[in-house]
Amino acid sequence: MKPAAFDYHAPETLDQALALLRDHGEEARILAGGQSLVPTMAFRMARPSVLVDINRIAALAYTNVEEGELRIGALARHAWFETPVTPHPVGQLLATIAHSIAHAPIRQRGTFCGSLAHADPASEWCAATLALGGTLLLARPDGRREVAAEDWFHGVFTTAIAAGEILAEVRLNLPRPGWRYGFAEFSRRAGDFALAMAVVAMRVEDGMVREARIALGGIGGRPILARDAAASLVGRPAGADTARDAAGRAAEACEPQDDIHAPAEYRRDLVRTMTRHALERAFAA
Amino acid sequence: MTWVGRSLRRFEDPALLRGEGRFTADVAIGARIVRFLRSPLACGRIVSLRPPPDMPADALFITAADLNGTATIRPMLHRFAYRPVEQAVLPADRVHFVGQAIAAIVAPTAELAEDLLEAIELEVEAETALVTMDDALRPGAALVHGIAHGNVAVEGIVQSAECDTAFVSAPHVVEIAIRSHRQNATPMEARAGCAAYDRATGRVRLTASVQMPHMLRTGIAELLGMPESDLQVIAPDVGGGFGQKMALFPEYAVLVWLARHHRGDFAWIEDRYENLIASAHSRDQAHVLRGAFADDGTLLGLEADILANVGAFSAYPTTCGVEPLMAFAEYPGPYKVPAYSARARGVLTHTCPMAPYRGVSRPVITFGLERLMDRAAKAIGIDAVAIRRRNLVDAFPHQTVTGLTLDDASYVETLDDAVALLDIPAFRARQAAARAEGRYLGLGLAVFNERTGYGTPAFAARGMGIVPGYEVVDIAMTPGGEVEVRIGASPHGQGLRTALAQIVADRLGLAPDAIRIIHGDTDRTPYGWGSFASRATVISGGACQTAADKLAVRLRAAAATVLQARAEEIVLRDGAAIASNGSSVPIAALARQVHQRSDLFEGFNLAETASYDPAGTFSNACHAVIVEVDAETGHVRIERYLVVEDAGRIINPLIADGQVRGGVAQGIANALFEEVIYAEDGNILTGTLADYTPPTAAEIPAIEIHHRETISDATLTGAKGLGEGGSIGAPAAIANAISDALAPFGIEITEIPATPPRIRALIRAAQAPR
Repeated sequence: MKPAAFDYHAPETLDQALALLRDHGEEARILAGGQSLVPTMAFRMARPSVLVDINRIAALAYTNVEEGELRIGALARHAWFETPVTPHPVGQLLATIAHSIAHAPIRQRGTFCGSLAHADPASEWCAATLALGGTLLLARPDGRREVAAEDWFHGVFTTAIAAGEILAEVRLNLPRPGWRYGFAEFSRRAGDFALAMAVVAMRVEDGMVREARIALGGIGGRPILARDAAASLVGRPAGADTARDAAGRAAEACEPQDDIHAPAEYRRDLVRTMTRHALERAFAA
Repeated sequence: MTWVGRSLRRFEDPALLRGEGRFTADVAIGARIVRFLRSPLACGRIVSLRPPPDMPADALFITAADLNGTATIRPMLHRFAYRPVEQAVLPADRVHFVGQAIAAIVAPTAELAEDLLEAIELEVEAETALVTMDDALRPGAALVHGIAHGNVAVEGIVQSAECDTAFVSAPHVVEIAIRSHRQNATPMEARAGCAAYDRATGRVRLTASVQMPHMLRTGIAELLGMPESDLQVIAPDVGGGFGQKMALFPEYAVLVWLARHHRGDFAWIEDRYENLIASAHSRDQAHVLRGAFADDGTLLGLEADILANVGAFSAYPTTCGVEPLMAFAEYPGPYKVPAYSARARGVLTHTCPMAPYRGVSRPVITFGLERLMDRAAKAIGIDAVAIRRRNLVDAFPHQTVTGLTLDDASYVETLDDAVALLDIPAFRARQAAARAEGRYLGLGLAVFNERTGYGTPAFAARGMGIVPGYEVVDIAMTPGGEVEVRIGASPHGQGLRTALAQIVADRLGLAPDAIRIIHGDTDRTPYGWGSFASRATVISGGACQTAADKLAVRLRAAAATVLQARAEEIVLRDGAAIASNGSSVPIAALARQVHQRSDLFEGFNLAETASYDPAGTFSNACHAVIVEVDAETGHVRIERYLVVEDAGRIINPLIADGQVRGGVAQGIANALFEEVIYAEDGNILTGTLADYTPPTAAEIPAIEIHHRETISDATLTGAKGLGEGGSIGAPAAIANAISDALAPFGIEITEIPATPPRIRALIRAAQAPR
């Protein structure tokens, strides 16, 4: 399978990249890690006529912590997160998640921001960003705009990004101590797209859950927050019964999709089990 | 100390590991690129087919009209009510499955060829596709091919009054219906061919990733009506075949036609999508199996109703009978079955054609028979080991109810070995403790035999129009003293260059590195059938041994002249011919003298030919597996996988163990992971390796292998084939282990792959209020 013909540009600054997007309009696509885009092009399911390769824009290759946030540049690769990028517990969560993303060679090239921009329903980073209440920074010719993770995902492979914009950075909140995190997913084979996953973030004080967020991925067109399940945790003791009840609520409330890999009913089973595992891991953290 | 029996590292591997292997795609560099337009519909009439509107001058568009005069692919069986289904190289009027090649584009680059493919104007009037066997067998169903009434292309029936009696009088009748879903063999290298025209001679050299180069040459020459000697077929390094690369595929005929008619070089390197949808599939079978048992577990009779979905056409040369007829003939397996009735049908559908895949039907029949044994043990109230021990053949030779002769083997012994290694009482204690914690461990066994190294009689018994039985070997010593062995077999990953060299080396007193095995080139090797059906080491190896012995006679005669001794007292050892008085001559020096000083010797020739065509033999094995099933997710983790294998004399243990491991991995794929899925309209949904899901190294456990070596007189070398056994035992052993694990739910696995969603559905159903 060979891609349809396309023009290729490799700008060295973000401004040059934005100018190329402006010049070529809807026909242009950003190439970062290419781990989703390139295979899709080989199948000719995507056929952009212009590729803007941002890999030479050194200013986008970073992660750093500022003002209580983890800031992730557009060229931060999945593999960078395999060892914690911050001593904050979020660093450990991201490291755990990173090892579940595809296979080692893919992790060397694929990028965190690229996953958010591509918005695959089974992307671990998408669910994690949602659970952590992240913010997405979009660069555009006239400056920048911010989008909250909750407003980012519109559907399968569709997001709040507008023509001419580049997802330049994702910011993840690193809250004060007391927050704990958990992640669990199920896939048929190591490195496969998960059939269901759960990422949880919660604040526990004196053995009681005070705040909680649960994000579910891999089950439908986009990652979702299991709000009722999360709300049910608040005020309850951290423990197995609490986890089981909340997991049951998450499973009942979700509307999983049917496909050749898993009937909806099976995905609902997995949501229950993965949510429970993620909660138990957070309680144990 | 012999070379046979040593774990010699494979001669093949250094080049492969360094990336210096030579595959068809390496040979094809510089050739014009051929891509095939593939049918988007499973069934329909071609209304129009027009070339791309803007064809560049250096591109070609080839359809059935161009190939006018080409014969159809029409393999033959002369028994079993076989309907000789015909397949045009390119269809003129109708399409029969999604992925069928309809037309070809030739262009200087693959990118341009794919651009042109998209621009072909194809209109197909869709008709209702028959996708499943239920669809095709429904009374009044349309016919996939007019000549096959009821869409049955082949049918074997054996009815036994004794069997009927056994079922009437037996105290226990146990029935099981099993389903094996469709697989693709998924060789690491997909299909590939490069046809090159030689203007000096008018010959075509087809380099192709195939298992049977001689047969391919014959088949293509017949299709195109060309002199066979004008075609040379080369199988260079071949990245796995597993049976898929036995068949004569239309694409290769198109390549040779292009080379001849357009006097150039043309290459088709298949991509994974094409391979997954349009190469060949297998194992799409449904069986109903009934056993009549005595109170002590003795099997009194067996009945099998076998259905195999053979797809839209019949693969050349094995025919679409290969799966149903193998199940038909070999269902009794390693057991004493006194009475047998069976009906086996090959059912045509609008799906990708079936071709042999490692193990052919035996993974499915072993799944059926070994599940039946477990179910019977439970029904009668005896132990799963005991019921097997009671029924396994233990006196040899044994004539089976289907007329096969089982030579010396170790059916009971391999079972006993496995049972001892497992420590079943300790496992049962652990299993009980785990269940108390809500964890589900299970143990499964599979005992089976594997018919290997079978020559002409076995294939002739099927009534095959082409009987791929014998192998021929030409052996010659160069003046430099190396041995060149030209074989008709055609290895593609099995390490035959090493194993056969070990056999020859022992017979000639040479080191294996002095032995060159030459294969995979119809210009340089004698006619032979290739590598498949666990046959090459046995049949080609037997011919190599005989050829080497004949060459040894010539060497000893020459040495007798040089050493002034009698030929009978010469031995060949450590690279020298040695007389009984201790005088000796290096074999290399002898070879040079024989070639260059014909004045000194009566015969100057150091070349011989030998052939071998055995009736066949049976390897055997017991697989045992311990699994843990996560009842919440349906996930199956293999905790331990044990194989006790008996393939007679092991030529090279390293290679043998590699064969077992690879086979088990494919068997695990069959048991748990792989399934070709069609939509109701015949569209195929598993066209990538994200959707068709072979296990990766992460999913395959360590596989513990133990050997027995029962030497029967069925083969010249004492070796039995073992290429397929790993894949045969695994589905049954794993299905039995899952069934054991989930016994508290009353669940038995009767459908493979036993995917997590299927296992969850069974558990959910078992827990539902009744």
